[in-house]
Amino acid sequence: MNRVVITGAGTINALGHNVPQTLEAMREGQCGIGPLEFRDVDRLAITIGGQVKGFEAEGRFNRQQIALYDRFTQFTLEAAKEAIGQSGLEFVGDLAARSGVVFGTAGGGVSTWDDNYRAVYEEGKNRVHPFVVPKLMNNSAASHVSMEYNLKGPSFTVSTACASSNHAMAQAFMMVRSGMAPAMVTGGSESMLCFGGVKAWEGLRVMSRDACRPFSANRNGMVQGEGAGVFVFEELEHAKKRGAEILAEVIGYSMSSDASDIVMPSKQGAARAISGAMKDAGVNPEQVGYINAHGTGTAANDKTECAAVADAFGPHADNLMISSTKSMHGHLIGGTGAVELLACIMALRDGVIAPTIGYEEPDPECALDAVPNVARETKVEVALSNAFAFGGLNAVLALRKAP
Amino acid sequence: MDIKNTVIGIIAEQAVLEPNDVKMDSTLESLGIDSLGLVESIFAIEEAFDITVPFNANDPSESDFDISSVASIVAGIEKLVKEQS
Repeated sequence: MNRVVITGAGTINALGHNVPQTLEAMREGQCGIGPLEFRDVDRLAITIGGQVKGFEAEGRFNRQQIALYDRFTQFTLEAAKEAIGQSGLEFVGDLAARSGVVFGTAGGGVSTWDDNYRAVYEEGKNRVHPFVVPKLMNNSAASHVSMEYNLKGPSFTVSTACASSNHAMAQAFMMVRSGMAPAMVTGGSESMLCFGGVKAWEGLRVMSRDACRPFSANRNGMVQGEGAGVFVFEELEHAKKRGAEILAEVIGYSMSSDASDIVMPSKQGAARAISGAMKDAGVNPEQVGYINAHGTGTAANDKTECAAVADAFGPHADNLMISSTKSMHGHLIGGTGAVELLACIMALRDGVIAPTIGYEEPDPECALDAVPNVARETKVEVALSNAFAFGGLNAVLALRKAP
Repeated sequence: MDIKNTVIGIIAEQAVLEPNDVKMDSTLESLGIDSLGLVESIFAIEEAFDITVPFNANDPSESDFDISSVASIVAGIEKLVKEQS
């Protein structure tokens, strides 16, 4: 089996328009969550989110591109530009033929659906733009990245709600590890912060009106975010041969299904995914120093996740750090695992653990080291990234410091 | 509109029971209504009375809306209908 390393990273999210800005914000424990700004926000009960501000499509893309790029595709293309640029890879010949794109998204072009439903239902129009379908389809981001960078290998989009990005990156990892592809562009994107997108989430009654406070006893729900995270996964020898900078190594993954409830998480399903990722990576629990939690800030997720970690790690659960950066950038739904992987890279490469901000009161049901409010400097050998989706579909990735 | 009978009708439908089987001292748990069923019932109640029910599934006890029994739900809805009409 081949070893798989990350040679490029890119992002845009509420904390920053690129990786350095985002990591700086995570180090500083900054909060990217604030008042939502879009049409009809006054008709919502939930009016906060981790919205990407100062991002104008005009100036980044031409008129024809904007007609085809939903906001989630725009985010993906910007993040892909940063990631592929950093990797230094140019996809030509055999490399292009065998390398592909696997992205995650839960909703795809939600604001395109929203705008066009509004046009036909509310405004009574009988005609919509000819590119509505190619703009809103869940695979449009993957397709546009493949076209932009000449990636002609296996390419598709994975949609497993809040675990979409982790499932996508697991696919990319498997392809590079097995030798199917020398490199894969992977990650995920989401842009649901529009009237219909937030209105749908409001209905579930799990959203906070004031802040995302994972693991804190006074947490009162999740806060949505938006953005994208994109990575270049590359076979180790391929990367070494060309002298590429290696950000971290991906060493394992695991996927599981709770097979129990459409929204309530299961400790067993989560614990199986966590243990499975360590087993696949060939590491002992004691080697894991940091977990980027799913940590949504809902009552149900956080206590279930902590119980799962306690089960999977035994006594070592008390020695490791587990933080939720959703407290800063919000929950990017299908894109969340991709942005959160950056916190794992920062832990492994820079020895900086991103904090869980908004942490106010310890919860006996979440009695782990959540790295409250302030980042911590410490060396970590192995990190995990958890994602547990609605529908009970779980995906956990394991990473190690660059070889 | 008879608030009590409407609320009982909504809860009975959610529990797949006859309205007669829903007693004022029944709890949602005893009727077999889980968290999703509760959220759906509240939605149906909001639609029926055109009111907003302050309920956060993360912390039902803090939501200033008592869901401990059918009687407490009916009382809460009566209060909200009065306040919001």
